[in-house]
Order: sequence, then structure tokens, then C-alpha cells
Amino acid sequence: MPEKTMRDAINEALHQAMEADDSVFVIGEDVAGCNGSPSGKVGEVGGVFGVTSGLYKKFGPDRCIDTPISESAIVGAASGAALVGMRPVAEIMFADFVGVCMDQIVNQMGKFRYMFGGKSKCPAVIRFASGGGFSAAGQHSQSMYQVMTSFPGLKVVIPSNAYDAKGLLLQAIQDDDPVLFFEPKALYQEACEVPDEAYTIPFGEAAFVREGDDVTVVAFGQMVNRAAAAIDALESDGISCDLIDPRTSSPLDEAAILESVEATGRLVVVDESPPRCGLTADIAALVASKAFSALKAPVQMVSAPHSPTPFSPELEAAYIPDVNKVKASIQEVMA
Amino acid sequence: MSLPKEKLLRAYRQMKTIREFEERAHAEIMNGQIAGFTHLYTGQEANAVGVCENLGDEDTIISTHRGHGHCIAKGADVIGMMKELFGSSEGLCKGKGGSMHVADMEKGILGANGIVAGGPPISVGAALAAKIRKNGRVAVSFSGDGSVNQGTCFEAMNLAVVLKVPAVFVIENNYYSEHTNISYAVGCDDLKARTESFGFPVFVADGADFFSVYEAAAKAIEHARGGNGPAGVFAETGRFHGHFVGDPQYYRADGELDDLRENSCCLKNFRASMAESGDVSQEELDAIDAEVMALIEQSVTEAKAAPRPTPDQVTSDVYINYSAGSA
Ligand SMILES: Cc1ncc(C[n+]2csc(CCOP(=O)(O)OP(=O)(O)O)c2C)c(N)n1
Ligand SMILES: [Mg+2]
Repeated sequence: MPEKTMRDAINEALHQAMEADDSVFVIGEDVAGCNGSPSGKVGEVGGVFGVTSGLYKKFGPDRCIDTPISESAIVGAASGAALVGMRPVAEIMFADFVGVCMDQIVNQMGKFRYMFGGKSKCPAVIRFASGGGFSAAGQHSQSMYQVMTSFPGLKVVIPSNAYDAKGLLLQAIQDDDPVLFFEPKALYQEACEVPDEAYTIPFGEAAFVREGDDVTVVAFGQMVNRAAAAIDALESDGISCDLIDPRTSSPLDEAAILESVEATGRLVVVDESPPRCGLTADIAALVASKAFSALKAPVQMVSAPHSPTPFSPELEAAYIPDVNKVKASIQEVMA
Repeated sequence: MSLPKEKLLRAYRQMKTIREFEERAHAEIMNGQIAGFTHLYTGQEANAVGVCENLGDEDTIISTHRGHGHCIAKGADVIGMMKELFGSSEGLCKGKGGSMHVADMEKGILGANGIVAGGPPISVGAALAAKIRKNGRVAVSFSGDGSVNQGTCFEAMNLAVVLKVPAVFVIENNYYSEHTNISYAVGCDDLKARTESFGFPVFVADGADFFSVYEAAAKAIEHARGGNGPAGVFAETGRFHGHFVGDPQYYRADGELDDLRENSCCLKNFRASMAESGDVSQEELDAIDAEVMALIEQSVTEAKAAPRPTPDQVTSDVYINYSAGSA
């Protein structure tokens, strides 16, 4: 099977979805690029991360649509088109900019189906580049998916590898509800085997990245690889772990997590967002309320600290959980 | 326009400082010495300096992602800024903000800003405070030709008119927002007229000419300071680098960058106008050049030697700390 980067896998999913269904279009800032420019090279950019590369040249200006810098209008235009039957995929460059278009996502798009008594469909996908690792500081490094997970009416996807990214995005585009798709930007260049043909991965089905007996480790997005590295490093100490990547934080595969903890009796949850009201706390609460009697040790939560993301490379390295912190937490629940 | 010699020398020094700061930052980024996302202001120096030479320390500015020039023009310490770009704990923001978040409250710099059009509403607040306190201050926000399409920018302009506050909106049209040309992203033909339609006067400037910006900004600032509500400056300008360092710049016409550097350089223009007026000699300007080069060199030397932040500093400057989390 060919290896592809996460960037290319997502790009391939977009190409395939647009070929298969002419109601699918992409919209966002510089998703084509060079519009109005004297070079005339419209479509040469394909998004600031290159994820929408080639779409303009293949599908033209009606289906690969550049916008002014107007995130609220981008999301609104996507959800409005979706309400009347299109399947838009909007790109909001950095997940942090969710702050700019929060109303359109949360109060509008995320509420239609319920508030309209189940009579509407809003099959819009909003893609974001999320997370840290670039010394991009407080306004270009946040995950934001943990916040969005708290809103009923929104589905939230966090792929951790190229294979999942492709299958999950194709599923998102088919889904009749609004889906927020968070691409950990530190993983764009990471490659794994990805089939050429189209395939989908259902929402709410966790992946077991490692299987073991002693500890259940749940990790999201960028943290999955780090958790795997920590687990592999501890193998020689005789510690074996389940590593669960939920892949979608909403819907959440509660059963996979609970069954694993019932077997291991120990839980470590890893996410790069700050600790309060986040995914680590959410999963710890799930296990505390539904599998308390199985627990042999207090749950360990590995997260960023309660502070904005710092700029300086040394500070950011201390901020985002690393392999050693995950290792230490696994050792802690085993102690 | 004739300005006191001292002011002329200062304006040139500020523009040159910005130019050399940016060119050196560019080199250090290419060397891998500066991390993160950096947007260079090279080519637009006359805009920042032309505006800020009309301001005092007590007036405020709020800048953008392309903020180094505005901050230097408003008096930010160049060495502290370079240290910030290098991520030192001695940087102007202790290495926590970096290029996109340079700020200095004592100099009235309410921050560069990583969110496009995050600044204008905040600037209206600073202007509102000036109106309430009747202290004669003005609040300037900088925007680009892309930024003005954001809802927050529209809201800020309208609110400033409604509240009749001394807010000055400076729009620097460098023709591009990232890879998109203004002719695509601004739907109407005349951005100046669109801005004026909010209900305040907008003064046009040539952003490659310090004197042109200085004059336009003087009118706008006088209007705002005089209690007549907001005003605007609309400057045509050009950036000499890509949007960010490493941008392949597919959007440029052939020869566009050479043409900009050749024909829209505020430093060249300033020298030419001094040669014509005789107000300042070329030797005096050469002497400033040498001093600026020395300052920039010193800033990099100091930035490289400056202390690095330690992990415990991650959670300082936050209101509350929790033991949960791993740092
Ligand atoms: C809310 C938001 N949307 C998008 C971006 C990404 N972005 C950064 S700068 C920029 C272009 C800004 O163009 P303009 O206002 O003309 O300023 P210039 O870069 O030309 O100085 C964009 C789209 C951002 N930082 N914030
Ligand atoms: Mg611009």
C-alpha cells in the first residue's frame, strides 16, 4: 500500500468526495489562492497548509472558492448552503479562529436540527488546523476541539494519522450533521499507509493503537504517537497498555474506554489542551462514574498546564505533553 | 512640507531602524535562529513612522500580525524586541508572545495581534477611555487591505462613529491579504469610499513617502483629537517580502518585487527629497545608517546571549494555577 502524508490523504479525500458528489465544494481563505493577482496563477496555492491543493484546477471557481478574511461569513455561507442541500467543506485556517466565528458554529449551525424540530439537515464540514508545535504562540496553537466537544449538535473529529484522516473526512462529508474536523497541524507531514480508493471510518468507533493488560491509555490527535512511543518504551519494563484513540470526541466511544478500564483497572488520559473542562477531565469523569470499582489507582491526566500556549521553543516544549510525561504517568498508575 | 531638522533626522532613523530590523530578522529566520511565524514589514516603513511621528507616548496604537514596524515607530525598545523574537526571557514579553505579540504598555503599544482585525475594536475602547477622561489622547489601529473585510473591523468603525471617540483607523493597502489580491477580496471598487461611508473622513497617502503619510495622519489625528470623532488614513504601499518568511509568492507579477524595491522605497524617496530640499545632508543620513546598523548588530548579539526561559515560567502571568496538567 502506498504511504501518504496526512496532508496528502486529506487532499485525496477532498478530490474523491468532489468527484463523487457535485454538491460538495470547498470554501475558505486562499483555498485556491492568487485570486485577483497580477500573476494570474489562480489555484496555485491550495490553502496555506497545501491541503486543498489542485482542487481549483480540477473543479474550478464554483467548487473551490476563495473568500475575503471573514470567518463568520465563511461558516455561515457553508451552513446556509448545507441547509439547502449542498455539502460544503469550509476551511478555517487555524483552529484558534473558532473564536471569530463561534456564533455561526455554535448558535447557528449546531442548533438548526434540534431547534427546527428535526426538520432540517446541515451537512457542512468545517476543517481547522489545530494544536501546537510551531512556536506560533497564544493565538495560533490551540486545539479548540475540547471546547467544541461540549456543544450538542456538533460532531467533532480529531484524526491522529493519515489513514484515519482520509476515512474520517469522507465520512464527515457524507454525514448529514455539521462536523468540525480538527487536523493536528504537527501531523500534516507524517505518513503512513493509505489506500488509493475511497473508504469511510464510522464516527464513535475508537481505534486500538496498542493492546495490553496493565493500563488503559486514551490519547487524542497529536498525542497518540507520543503515547504510543511511551508505551513502547515501557514494554521492556514489563508494562503493557491498551492505547485507545477515540478519533471522534463527539460521538465518543464510551464502551471501548470502559471495557478496557474494566480489564486493566488503570487509566491515563493524554491531551494537549489545558486541563480544565477538557477531554482528559471528561474521560476521567466518565470512568470515575461508570467504572469506579474497577480502578486500582487514581486516574492520571496528562495535559498542557492551565496557561495560554507560550511562544519560546523551550517554553512550548515544556507546555505540550511529551513522551516522558506520558511514561511517568503510566509508571505512576502502576506504582 | 517643512519639518524641524531634528524631526527629519528622527523620522529617517526610525524608518531605517525598521528596515534593518526586518532584514536582519529575515536573515536570522533563514538561519533557523528565530522560531514561529514572522511577517516582515519591509517596504511599509513610512506608514508606521508617518503615523507615529504624530503621536505621543500617552497615545496608543494597536498593531497587526505584521507588527514590528508599528512597534518600533511607537518607541518599543529594539533590543527588547529582538530578544523577544529570539524567545529570550529578557524579551519585551518574556518570550511568551514572540513576533506576533510584541507589546509595551508604557509606550502605548497595546500589542501586535495574531488575529486579523482583532485590534480595531480594542482600539475603540482605548479611544472611549480617552473621551471619558477628556485627556486628549487618540487611539490608532492599523489594518491591512485584508483585515478591513472582517466583521470586527466594520463593527469597530461604526461603533467609533456612534460613540464619537478619538479613534484613528489606519489602512495600509499593500494589495495582498496572504495570497489574495485586493481586487478580489474587497468587493467594491473604492475601499477609501467604503471606509468613509461609515461616517468619518479618510485621508489618502502615498505609503512610500514619509511626508505624504505624515501629513495625512496629522489631519486624521487632529480631527480625532479635536473631539470630532474618528478619522482614517488610507495608504497605498507594498511589502518587499512574502506574506510570511518562506512564501513562494505565486501571486506576484514578473518583476513586481524589483519594481517595488526600486520605485517604492521610502528610504530612497526620503534621501531624494533631502537632496532636493537640502534640509539634511546625505552624510548625516549615512551617519544614521551606520548607527542603525550598529544597533541592530548589538540587538542580535545581545539576543543570542540573553537568558532562555525556564519551564517554571510557563505558568507565570496566568491568573490561576491548577495542579492538574503536566508542566
Ligand atoms: C481571524 C484570522 N483569519 C485569518 C488569519 C490568517 N492571516 C494572517 S495575516 C492574513 C492576511 C492579512 O492581510 P492584510 O490585512 O492585508 O495584512 P497584510 O498581511 O497585508 O499586512 C491572514 C489571512 C488570521 N491570522 N486571523
Ligand atoms: Mg495586505
